[in-house]
Amino acid sequence: MSTALSRPHVASTSSKLTLVLGVASLLGLAVLLVFSFVLTDPDQRVFERGADLEPLLTGQGDAVRLLYVHFPVAMVTYIAFTLNAIGSIAVLWKKSTWWDNTAAAAAEVGVLFCGLTLATGSIWGRPIWNTWWKWGDVRLMTTTILFLIFIGYLAYRRTMSDSRVRAKRSAVVGLIGAINIPIVYKSVDWWQNRTLHQQSTLRNRSVEDLTLFTMIFGMVVFMAIFAWLMVHRFRIGWLEHQTETVGLEAAIIERRAQTSAAISDAVTDSRSSAETGSD
Amino acid sequence: MDHAVDVHDAVVLLDRFPALAGLSLKLRAGTVTLVQGPNGAGKTTLLRMLAGLAPLERGRATVLGYDVATEPRLVRASVGLLSPQTMLYDDLTIAENLSFWATLAGHDDVDLMAALERVSMAPFADQQVVTLSTGQRRRAAIAVVAIRRPRLWLLDEPHAGLDQAGRDVVDGLIEDAIAAGATVVVASHELDRVRPLATHVATVAGGIVHSFETVNAGASGA
Amino acid sequence: MREIWALARKDLRIEARSKVVATQIVPFAMVILVLFGLALDADSRTLRDLAPGLFWVATLFASVLAIQRSIAVETISSTFEALRLSGAPAWKLFAGKALAVAIQLLAIETVLGLGIVVLYRSSFQDPVLIVTAAVAATIAIASAGSLYGVLAVGMGVRDTILPMLLLPIMMPVLVAATRAFGDGLGTAALNGWTWAGLLGLLAVVYATAGALAYAVVIEDT
Repeated sequence: MSTALSRPHVASTSSKLTLVLGVASLLGLAVLLVFSFVLTDPDQRVFERGADLEPLLTGQGDAVRLLYVHFPVAMVTYIAFTLNAIGSIAVLWKKSTWWDNTAAAAAEVGVLFCGLTLATGSIWGRPIWNTWWKWGDVRLMTTTILFLIFIGYLAYRRTMSDSRVRAKRSAVVGLIGAINIPIVYKSVDWWQNRTLHQQSTLRNRSVEDLTLFTMIFGMVVFMAIFAWLMVHRFRIGWLEHQTETVGLEAAIIERRAQTSAAISDAVTDSRSSAETGSD
Repeated sequence: MDHAVDVHDAVVLLDRFPALAGLSLKLRAGTVTLVQGPNGAGKTTLLRMLAGLAPLERGRATVLGYDVATEPRLVRASVGLLSPQTMLYDDLTIAENLSFWATLAGHDDVDLMAALERVSMAPFADQQVVTLSTGQRRRAAIAVVAIRRPRLWLLDEPHAGLDQAGRDVVDGLIEDAIAAGATVVVASHELDRVRPLATHVATVAGGIVHSFETVNAGASGA
Repeated sequence: MREIWALARKDLRIEARSKVVATQIVPFAMVILVLFGLALDADSRTLRDLAPGLFWVATLFASVLAIQRSIAVETISSTFEALRLSGAPAWKLFAGKALAVAIQLLAIETVLGLGIVVLYRSSFQDPVLIVTAAVAATIAIASAGSLYGVLAVGMGVRDTILPMLLLPIMMPVLVAATRAFGDGLGTAALNGWTWAGLLGLLAVVYATAGALAYAVVIEDT
């Protein structure tokens, strides 16, 4: 196993850190699924189920198990996009490549988790509220807009190849997207003044200990998955950046080498073109 | 400041390609420098960098006392760049273009008609740019730059595409600039025309200055 | 201030000569209204209720075109560089272009306003609210649009990204403007002035953001 942290040039993006994170995430995920689908109680009945996410269409009872995935995934989404916002500020303020790389990685992972949030939320909502989608639900609308904003952000990044320009411009787009989120939230809130989302479960004291534990455990597991994905994605970006820098040195040398070859042609060319008045 | 232009080891990238690959150049105020070199040598990029338009990847550059990297706006306000694109709005008349650019540069008190006459474009003042020939547009562009009375003139192939009368206008412009004590940098293939006016000649190739020589015959200061 | 007005007047004068907005974008906006009418296949009562939303969706689509035109005016003549060379501060460049776009948008909206009266049987119950909301929303759209318009400058791949960048951001403007118009056109029982207030806030936010960010984005254009 290569230990990337101790070598100057990283050949692969895996390391002891990612190995530990990866294994821990997988194990944690397995444990989480056992907890959420077997060990915790549903609202009404207990069913023996395997580790698949499709809830039983028998009412709130088992569908609530999806909450153990949906809630952490949503939290990670917001953490990822917050990280992007911080990175964008850092890029504009300090022109830091490291932060630009982080912002890009956070946006990609964030979009992934945002999609998962929307999907798990939709699956969860269907049996309970009899609809895949509810216009006017504040968090659903905000998350959807967030999703679209950052898909636009990623699409925009792809249109630029100059890394310096790309860093600055996508930072502006990312920041304005981030500023928009509370505005979107508030405007939809005023619009509808109601939400299908249940109030924050954590603040509800009457939640059972096991449920609470599973939910927090779920947070930890998904944070680990998030960290694992971030580290890999960040390193990929960093490798790309290093390739560019090394490439630049070579390009400069090659460029200067044009001098001696070209210089003898230069004066001759210019003299002859001066007569015709064109270049 | 001792030098109007002081460039040290400048690297300028055009989308990852090092158009300038560690270029160094020093020019005194009041001089006229001809920049010659093959196509693709980096002459245009050099002028754009001196105008404060192209960011430095490495190295440093000071133009008229302003640092190109940290004070580009001050650099831009003090220089006059004449590039192959005329930078005029097609749907506006010459006079409207001139008035607009003069206002933006903070010089809207200047006599626009006089500026047009200097480039022999006064009769065309109320014609839309789209109706004019390349040579006429270039002359109008010269008037736009001249109004700003820049202390550093950056001329990128100013004679290209012009007829004899037009070329004379350009030469007159260079002489005006010299008379006003400005520094002039001309990138051109027309060595026979520009060399007599120049005090120095810089040869650029492969993104660096290959040679820099003083030419006495061109020191035609009035 | 005169620089800002000179910039806006320049754009408006170019429009007066080239008539791109008048002959291409205004008709496009009207086509959208007609298409909605056809697609929704509804009686005039329903269209009247939907008019606020349809109006603003048509406006947003038209604004994308108007902003692209505003940018194209500069890229065609390679004048972004000249604008940077002029030494004028970036925020003034922003204000000038945004002002021109806003004025053109208001013209488009006026025609659309006539359109919904004629096609959807709308009636202006509260013209003051309508105009206030429209002006505030237009400033917000023109500001965000001018900023994103510059971000989207480029050849090929970048041209088509403007709608994807701008429209998700405009969602609060759409919600607020539709609600305000709902009150102003008498199709919804709510307090439109609250929403007009939100539009005012959005106008300030985007005008400020545009002025601050323009210096960053106008480099490398």
